[in-house]
Amino acid sequence: MTPGRPAKLLLVVVFLGLLATPLVIKHIAARRETGKSKLDASSALARHGLFFQEVAKASGIDFVHQAPTLDHKLDHIMPQVASMGAGASIVDFDRDGWQDIYLTNSGEGSLNRLYRNQGDGTFKDVAGNLGLADLNQAGTGVSMGAVWGDYDNDGYEDLFLYKWGRPELFHNDGGKHFTRVTEAATLPTWVNANTAIWFDYDGDGLLDLFIGGYYSEDVDLWHLQTTRMMPESFEYAKNGGRKYLYHNLGSGKFEEVSAKLGINSRRWALAAAAADLRGSGHQDLFVANDYGVSELYFNDGKQFHEVGEQTGVGFAPKSGMTAAFGDVLNEGKYAVYVSNISEDGVLIQGNNLWVPLEGTSGDGLRYENLARALGVEMGGWSWGMQFGDLNNDGTLDIYLTNGYVSADRSKSYWYDFSKVAGGNSTIIGDARNWPAMEGRSLSGYQQKRVWLNDGAGKFNDVAQAVGATDTYDGRSVAFADLWNRGVLDVVVTNQRGPLLIYKNTVAPENNWIDFELEGTASNRSALGAEVKLFWNGRQQVQTVSGGSGFCSQNQRRLHFGLGKNPQVEQVVIRWPSGRIQTIGNPSVDQVNKIKEPA
Amino acid sequence: MSHSTSEPLTTPALVVPVPRKFRFDNRYLAPLFITCILLAGHLSYGILESYKKTALAIVAAVITELILGRIFFGKWLNLASAYITGISVGILVRSPAYWPYALGSVISIMSKYVLRMKGRHLWNPSNFGIAVLLFLAPETMAVLSIQWGNNYWSLVVIWILGSIIIWRARRFHISATYVVSFFLFAFLRAWITGDPWQAEVAPITGPMYQLFVFFMITDPKTTVRSRTGQCVVAFCVALAEFFLRLDQVVYAPIFALFVVGPAANLIEIWWDSRHQQNAVVAIS
Repeated sequence: MTPGRPAKLLLVVVFLGLLATPLVIKHIAARRETGKSKLDASSALARHGLFFQEVAKASGIDFVHQAPTLDHKLDHIMPQVASMGAGASIVDFDRDGWQDIYLTNSGEGSLNRLYRNQGDGTFKDVAGNLGLADLNQAGTGVSMGAVWGDYDNDGYEDLFLYKWGRPELFHNDGGKHFTRVTEAATLPTWVNANTAIWFDYDGDGLLDLFIGGYYSEDVDLWHLQTTRMMPESFEYAKNGGRKYLYHNLGSGKFEEVSAKLGINSRRWALAAAAADLRGSGHQDLFVANDYGVSELYFNDGKQFHEVGEQTGVGFAPKSGMTAAFGDVLNEGKYAVYVSNISEDGVLIQGNNLWVPLEGTSGDGLRYENLARALGVEMGGWSWGMQFGDLNNDGTLDIYLTNGYVSADRSKSYWYDFSKVAGGNSTIIGDARNWPAMEGRSLSGYQQKRVWLNDGAGKFNDVAQAVGATDTYDGRSVAFADLWNRGVLDVVVTNQRGPLLIYKNTVAPENNWIDFELEGTASNRSALGAEVKLFWNGRQQVQTVSGGSGFCSQNQRRLHFGLGKNPQVEQVVIRWPSGRIQTIGNPSVDQVNKIKEPA
Repeated sequence: MSHSTSEPLTTPALVVPVPRKFRFDNRYLAPLFITCILLAGHLSYGILESYKKTALAIVAAVITELILGRIFFGKWLNLASAYITGISVGILVRSPAYWPYALGSVISIMSKYVLRMKGRHLWNPSNFGIAVLLFLAPETMAVLSIQWGNNYWSLVVIWILGSIIIWRARRFHISATYVVSFFLFAFLRAWITGDPWQAEVAPITGPMYQLFVFFMITDPKTTVRSRTGQCVVAFCVALAEFFLRLDQVVYAPIFALFVVGPAANLIEIWWDSRHQQNAVVAIS
């Protein structure tokens, strides 16, 4: 049987139609992106419920991050290797009720900053006076990030500083001074760490410390014995730094228990976060790894069990660079966001939004990646992000920063990068084999994402419309209510770039409620405490975090947007000690300070 | 990467005198091999984006082949070719979305029926489908370009197995010509650009090249017939890739084959028709 001419003609038409399909899909997607154009403040407020104004300099902050200069054997790819270290963490170190900002710097001899919030809209760097500035001296490595937690329960947040180098622990002496207690705490002498979090894994009321290594700890990046210190694979590398879990013994002493408790990974950790994902009363640990799969450790209080593959989050290897928890669907369950790399036509990993699979819970918990379905998948070379209700409408939004190396705009390093990244371990693992960057960009000058949650299962990017218009090489994102106005402002650090503070103006008709918790039987910082809010027939859960995102930490205070005319039914607080506290009809539009009941 | 059903990977050398009931249909050698690669790679290292996406690509290719074969050839075609196309798209396409897997497979299969001349299709089907997606949807998909694992054993096993199968199919000379040419051009590029030679040879150690070398450039229907001609075509693919790489085109081999493959076919078709005309003139 020979087909007739009409059949052949129809075949050609269908074929041409299919060829045109990607263009049609692209066109439709472009039309949906309504938030791409810039708006003035009033239009942005009317349309999206918020507007950002960058005010760092106006607030007295002139911080510009400096990158390290590593061993000269890495000169040809220095921008690619010396690409981290701009970290930000929020703390009220002196308990004056105003959120302060700690920033890490990474040039040899550069100074870290502690910007004290003076309560009048300005900030003053007090790091030098308090002994927290000069921490990047030659021979000690350089800072990557910092996390705050009251490890001795004296009421003041202490500082753990992680570095490519010697990590440091500082005791907060009543908000007046800091004392270096690194040796007494028996911390390791050298870790090339890019993540650390405080959490009380065993619920004994004392904060423990997780540290995630990136480069192997036996590598001194300033004095390389070998150039074979790069990842052995782009997606299956297991030659990174070891992990540390420091159990707080009290009296300022810690014991390293990672191997004993089941944490033995040598993947290249870039981010960690902890939350009680199963309702077990213990915080589980999520680790986002570069060059490989993410890891999820279920914690039974005595032992950690790696369940990444079992739960679905550790199946497809990508380039994990951030980890944060958020109840994005207002179901009282945590989703996990992991940022990865996407570059048109070269590498499309897509970011992950791991949402608990319907009908699974407890030890049978499974996740599915809904990043594409919810519209939060493509973020360029993504780095730090955080969940938070940026427009107080009652749903969690996302701020994501991105960009790797912004150098010569007209020249890209992607071709050479992809060439070697696909090579065998003997090639990719040796820095000598990487072609010189020669001033070329690698996913540079990227537009940021402000994904607003519409509450109906979709996020829309409105970054350009609401004023998040920078194109620096972003790294950390931290949320804090810097002016005590009931809104989340956004702090963004940039590699080799200035600190940005996006002051947030929110539509005034939307209400809010904040909670500032203090543990008694639990750790005093209340890290790990979980607040579940019920209002207008809705619910949302948040947890007090000892570090999340990429090299960052949000304010400890929990912020809930409520939308218009809220009727808050009740608040249920589950403390790390296991106590459950229920509060009826809490006051809205204010910070509720709650102490754990005896 | 698809092998034509009308001219499968069957060669006289493979017709060994064994009892008929034990004889293996050589059309299934390539599908079997590529399935083994897929399973080994995934069970060892989890290479797949997801089972569903790979399955979607295979099913889309098979269904398209069944329908079009029935319509245009009046019979149910052997599905070995479509299976290879589908599984190749399923492995090589990397996208968080589902539609590129289905569309890539359907376009690949349809190209065999639409882009024909003198009874031959011009492009290797999956090469065509993937190249088109890279042209039209680079923001949605990329091509597998990372290692499967981080050690040599999987690399060595795949190269040895692939070589054996291609040898049995009497197409080893094509792969060998391409590989030798690739290395020569890699060293030449290193000399020209000043980049480490390891960086230039790095791509061929990756899985994309394993599939490219064993399945794409050896496709009987999308290269010329003579043994010498096949070697020349393989060399020309490497040569075109050389220039594309100098221009920093990330997926240089895909586009090189996209250009060289049909050009070679067209030349052969023109050459054949000229000979036929001459023969007719001589007879008359």
